Amino acid sequence: MLLELDGLHVHYGKIEALRGVSVAVEEGEIVTLIGANGAGKTTTLKTISGLRRVTSGAIRLNGRDITRTPGHVRVELGVSQAPEGRRIFPGMTVVENLEMGAYARGGSGRARLGAEFERVFSLFPQLAERRTQPGGTLSGGEQQMLAIGRALMARPHVLLLDEPSMGLAPRLVAQIFAIIAEINQQGTTILLVEQNAAQALRLADRAYVLEVGQVVKSASAADLLEDESVRAAYLGGDVAS
Amino acid sequence: MRLPRVQLPDFVGAAGAVWQRTPTWGKWVIGLAVLVVAVLAPADSVGRIMAPASDWKSILFFPIAVYILLAVGLNIVVGQAGLLDLGYVAFFAIGGYSMALLGVDQHWSFWAILPAGIAAAAVAGVVLGAPTLRLRGDYLAIVTLGFGEIIRVTANNLTFTGGPRGIAGIPHPPSVGHVKALQYGVLDPKPYYYLTLAAIILVVFVVRRLENSRVGRAWVAIREDEDAAQLMGVPTFKFKLWAFAMGAAIGGMAGVVWASKVISITPDNFQFILSVLVLSAVVLGGSGNLPGVILGGFLVAWLPERFRGFASHRDLIFGGALVALMIFRPEGILPSRRRRAEMEEGQAGLGTLGAADVTAEASP
Repeated sequence: MLLELDGLHVHYGKIEALRGVSVAVEEGEIVTLIGANGAGKTTTLKTISGLRRVTSGAIRLNGRDITRTPGHVRVELGVSQAPEGRRIFPGMTVVENLEMGAYARGGSGRARLGAEFERVFSLFPQLAERRTQPGGTLSGGEQQMLAIGRALMARPHVLLLDEPSMGLAPRLVAQIFAIIAEINQQGTTILLVEQNAAQALRLADRAYVLEVGQVVKSASAADLLEDESVRAAYLGGDVAS
Repeated sequence: MRLPRVQLPDFVGAAGAVWQRTPTWGKWVIGLAVLVVAVLAPADSVGRIMAPASDWKSILFFPIAVYILLAVGLNIVVGQAGLLDLGYVAFFAIGGYSMALLGVDQHWSFWAILPAGIAAAAVAGVVLGAPTLRLRGDYLAIVTLGFGEIIRVTANNLTFTGGPRGIAGIPHPPSVGHVKALQYGVLDPKPYYYLTLAAIILVVFVVRRLENSRVGRAWVAIREDEDAAQLMGVPTFKFKLWAFAMGAAIGGMAGVVWASKVISITPDNFQFILSVLVLSAVVLGGSGNLPGVILGGFLVAWLPERFRGFASHRDLIFGGALVALMIFRPEGILPSRRRRAEMEEGQAGLGTLGAADVTAEASP
């Protein structure tokens, strides 16, 4: 088991955002969390990265308990995230943004990161063309690519992707999803949060359905694609058919 | 009726582009030229142009040089790490009172007090920062504003700080040999100006080194997007505390140097307005960009003195000049390349006072 969430409870003040979420991610998998707005998908990812504090429950990475480990140490341990809304550093150039992605690995030499730059630029050739452009001036699609590329610079064991399709044109979404599949084939485990459930389920191996802070269903992605209630709620399918 | 939008020729932008293309040795030459000007600045002929209505040598030390030193220090907190500090005067006061208390009561020499005052201010920065740096944006601004007032009010009410009457008889730094520029007395402000100039040069060197280090990159990341910085593995709290302590240390240094000249200090020397003026120097000059911040410190200190001939209207004119500058150059006179991109994006850093982060924090 690479990443394991065990009965996570997380609060925002008095509001309970996660009510006992348990998720398991095996090495090499693509696992997706789907669900409506406010179901707790983003909170789950933020909690894994250490941006939210756990009330009770445990997070384990490779069997090691990281529930109380500070967020910046978790990056060193191999958890990396491309957050919701991309959160690119607007004043830094593409290259500087990517360098920040490798921050947890120490040092700053551009030469030392050569292999990582090469990998990111071959996955996203568009970024190579924009090397010296400030991140804030990129298009939405390019920013999403940069966000994923930046997260890859840390050489993560598990890559957390929060709504990579948000606000992008359908053709771009298809392109981004194809690249996610490729990243996974290169050996990075992926935990993907998506509102675009149909796309996510076609890409993923397994999926969890979140509703108001709880996992209400978990199954292989293929099974969920056929599931009546999931089709009705998230895939715009007709219940009667 | 709409006013036609005036597009001014962007001389500064053009100069900035030239500066970026200038090779490193060229920048050193320019830096050296600025230094020569700074060393020759106390000449009477310069004073007749720069400040006909004031004693130029006096104002060259205070406010000009002291404001520049303070602006460079506050720039670490506001310009580099993007933390809005409205109580910076507190650290200046702690430096000043260190000089006064240790000099008058303990008879320490200036050179012993200087590191002690810097350390005291840095510790105060950590003490203030540790509980408050979990706050963001305007919340942090309010707490720091309160801290600035607390230090002044405390000094006003304690007996060992002399209460509202303050402390008198503060010693000067010991004179060095028989060099005229190093005779620290009552009348000649020139030696104090050179002392402050040396402090500015030292601090600028340290800050420059920091800017290009891992610490500096972490500060930029925190300024642009604190959550994203944390996701990159930046220990954000630790580096924010570092920025606070460094800024505070420089504020304390300025306080010690200033108090070593003035003989007597009172709590009224450390009003809120000083925090505001130094902050406006940073923002006006170009938050995050050292040459800009130095220029900002100079202008905020010098303009009111230059307008002294206008008597009571001078604050009005000074205020008008500030407003005009902020309309035509909201990113500051000499902004850094990054800062410009951040402003265009309309997010991050001081632009939104971190408000975007606060809302992100509130929604699940």
